[in-house]
Amino acid sequence: MPLTIGVPREVFPDEKRVATVPDVVEKLIKLGFAVSVESGAGDAANFADDTYRATGATVVGDAASLWAGSDIVFKVRAPSPVEVDLMRTGGTLIGFVWPAQNPELMKQLAAKKATVLAIDSLPRQLSRAQKMDALTSMAGVSGYRAVIEAANAFGRFFNGQVTAAGKIPPAKVFIAGAGVAGLAAIGAAANLGAIVRANDTRAEVADQVVSLGGEFVKVDYEEEGSGGGGYAKVMSEGFQAAQRAMYAQQAREVDIIITTALIPGKPAPKLITAEMVKSMKPGSVIVDMAGEQGGNCELTEPGQAVVRHGVTIIGYTDLPSRLAKQSSTLYANNLLRLTEELCKTQKEKGDGTIDVNMEDEAIRGLTVIRDGDVTWPPPPLKVSATPQAAKPAAPVAEKKSGHGHGAGEPMSAGSLAIMFGVGAALFWLIGAFAPASFLSHFTVFVLACFIGYMVVWNVTPSLHTPLMSVTNAISSIIAIGALIQVAPPLEGVAEGRPSNWILGLAVAALALTAINMFGGFAVTRRMLAMFRK
Amino acid sequence: MSPSLATVSYIGATILFILSLGGLSNPETSRRGNLYGIIGMTIAVLATVFGPRVTMAGIPWIVGAMVVGGAIGLYAARTVQMTQMPELVALMHSLVGLAACLVGFASYIDTSIVFTGAEKAIHEVEIYIGILIGAVTFSGSIIAFGKLSGKIGGKPLLLPARHWLNLLGLLVVIWFGREFLNAHTVVDGMTPLIVMTAIALLFGIHMVMAIGGADMPVVVSMLNSYSGWAAAATGFMLSNDLLIVVGALVGSSGAILSYIMCRAMNRNFISVIAGGFGTGGGAPAAKAGEQPAGEVVAVSAVETAELLRESKDVIIVPGYGMAVAQAQHTVFEITRFLREKGVNVRFGIHPVAGRMPGHMNVLLAEAKVPYDIVLEMDEINADFPNTDVAMVIGANDIVNPAAEDDPASPIAGMPVLQVWKAKTSVVMKRSMASGYAGVDNPLFYKDNNRMLFGDAKKMLDEVLAALKA
Repeated sequence: MPLTIGVPREVFPDEKRVATVPDVVEKLIKLGFAVSVESGAGDAANFADDTYRATGATVVGDAASLWAGSDIVFKVRAPSPVEVDLMRTGGTLIGFVWPAQNPELMKQLAAKKATVLAIDSLPRQLSRAQKMDALTSMAGVSGYRAVIEAANAFGRFFNGQVTAAGKIPPAKVFIAGAGVAGLAAIGAAANLGAIVRANDTRAEVADQVVSLGGEFVKVDYEEEGSGGGGYAKVMSEGFQAAQRAMYAQQAREVDIIITTALIPGKPAPKLITAEMVKSMKPGSVIVDMAGEQGGNCELTEPGQAVVRHGVTIIGYTDLPSRLAKQSSTLYANNLLRLTEELCKTQKEKGDGTIDVNMEDEAIRGLTVIRDGDVTWPPPPLKVSATPQAAKPAAPVAEKKSGHGHGAGEPMSAGSLAIMFGVGAALFWLIGAFAPASFLSHFTVFVLACFIGYMVVWNVTPSLHTPLMSVTNAISSIIAIGALIQVAPPLEGVAEGRPSNWILGLAVAALALTAINMFGGFAVTRRMLAMFRK
Repeated sequence: MSPSLATVSYIGATILFILSLGGLSNPETSRRGNLYGIIGMTIAVLATVFGPRVTMAGIPWIVGAMVVGGAIGLYAARTVQMTQMPELVALMHSLVGLAACLVGFASYIDTSIVFTGAEKAIHEVEIYIGILIGAVTFSGSIIAFGKLSGKIGGKPLLLPARHWLNLLGLLVVIWFGREFLNAHTVVDGMTPLIVMTAIALLFGIHMVMAIGGADMPVVVSMLNSYSGWAAAATGFMLSNDLLIVVGALVGSSGAILSYIMCRAMNRNFISVIAGGFGTGGGAPAAKAGEQPAGEVVAVSAVETAELLRESKDVIIVPGYGMAVAQAQHTVFEITRFLREKGVNVRFGIHPVAGRMPGHMNVLLAEAKVPYDIVLEMDEINADFPNTDVAMVIGANDIVNPAAEDDPASPIAGMPVLQVWKAKTSVVMKRSMASGYAGVDNPLFYKDNNRMLFGDAKKMLDEVLAALKA
């Protein structure tokens, strides 16, 4: 018996998002579910009832019958007490719940014998969970929207320009907190052409900031601020003093501040004091994305935009909802991925049933109520991918040598000893038997090998082909051998010397080496002429 | 010219040759390096011709031979195509080898130089070894030339019991060497010398025949090395320090190149020379065992163009396929177009891409690609994660992730270009056939990989047309 997924209209004031979109409805139906959508659910996000119908969803007139007819309900915001009353006993609810902040709601849901999967309780450190991570996707939308809100309230261009009407300096944007939202804001602001600076207590995000076109501002104090689960932790007193000094400095310099600092389960840290707001240039903008948790700025009024000391302070708590079509689409996809996870153990593909498998770490974390039993908070993860707190100082000491691969690492003592042994034996043999005249040549030979070794390691790999052709040309030095055989001065000892034979051989050798000599140098020259910057 | 003056000239020439090799350390100074080489050679030849060992009677012969040889050489240098450089270099090595043989024979039959006792023995050993190396270089290079130019198939020819054959050859050569030293007259010594030469020639042929296409960079640089040792042996034979020094320079240069090539394939020199990849049944077993999972996604030239247009960072990885298809000019056109659009296009070169060391660099230089965007594997590997599109043109084994992931793979441990770390990789290939190593490439089955099937040149032309449209 396939289950029905119900998508009610969000009742929270000014909430424009919807928990599923028509594209995703199709995929849910493919998984075997029936989908019903409350009439007008998608209106605020520009998804008309007809579009839902066209993709196979049933559109239900009122909330009461939708809740009554649904086995699984997809929600965005946590349900209101009225909604919970409408809910079918023993039903399943998937959406934001925030169990820590809503103990009343939890009780109410448990009384309904419901199974509740709170998307906000997803164990985010599992890499497998990323596709379901609605917090991340919503934060990304918020970060982008924060920049747009700031741009809207800000009286100037973001990018610097030199126009006939004068020079326009680029806007300076400071972003406090480089989590998902902060990074999205950095990217959006940098793309608009602003100078972007950012700070985070977690030093490891500095690279990410730079990669998005921002500049990482360090706090002049040594302390590592990773608190696990991708969040920051509360920092020491000394650090906070140094941080305040840095923020005060930035406040004087920049035009726009966007704050995203959140610590789980605690009120948002007050980073921007009233003093700092006063020190900002008139017309500056602060976007406080932590408004819901009290705000990072002392003067923030959650949910509103206010002007204080000539600075617009935006404390909207509904940033994702202000980009409803985008955030709904992302959210719907997150829920779809979650549904797929729930269907993994389906007996038959597409039979439209779910299995809340508590053995699965991701699902275990998500499930805050199971058939009326509160299962929140979940036990700590066994394999917690603790962010590489203590990275080994420098993983592999970089090999630094001429052109990327010089003469290689030093040999091990053992093989070195063997090399020396063999060398010594060879030298002894030669010294014992060879005549003196040979030894002088041998000296030259060995030294030349070493010079060759030293010189050639410096040749850049891109010139290996020219190296081969030039050494080839040089090896036609063998012509010297032929030259001295052509017509040596003969002083009577030439009895029976087959001069004609020798001449023939020498001349042939000479002609061959001449091909090499001229050809080799000419072709090297031709090749090298092509190498240009 | 007095003997001392000639010797001093030789020293000057030697210094110039060393500077010449030193100049190749970067493209800026390389042209001057080549010039030093030319000057050094001129000084060496003139000092010899006008020195005490050459009489006026020889001048016409010398001039004649030099003019004929020089004309042929210059003509070849002017007309050769850059894709044929490996063939040309191999052919030239063979000339050095042959010349070394001829000089050796001439020196042996020359009775005007008389040695006695240990000196005689050493001189004869020098002749024997000089001819041996020369002959191996000669025949080996000829075969390498044939393989590189496609006149001989690229497949390794593996005779049964080939290692025993080689060993037998070596023993015979040593035995005849003893005979040769014991011979009292030139005529007596001629037979062992000729037999040895024949065996050396056969050995050279056999050695290179057993080596397959992708190992050619090692072979070419090894033959380069041999040609140097042949010159050095000739130097010993004629008691000429200049020849010894230059031979040693060239010999060690070639040896280092061979070593670099072997390391780039994570194989040891002996196993390359012994021939055959993954000798024995190892390779097929591994192949049957693990078929990479996933689907191959093919794309069209138009889609590739779209991918390229939408990216900011592109790395192109060329391989032998680009050389075969002569596609380097089209590659440059695409590069130029994208760079004008502000796309950061760079090239990643694997040390053994192509058929000789630095082959790809020369082709790209010919197509006027600026050398500062052509990077080595070590320089560019870290950048793949930030790259939008990695385009692989006619390369396979050098971008095979199995080398890193699969310890059972025959190419395990070979350093490779990590194209799969790019957001998208596009592999241009004629078909799904596996590379030289006979290993399936799991890259083709990765989610972020796309295949563009067809001849590299034709496909790239289409991509370029689509980009411009």
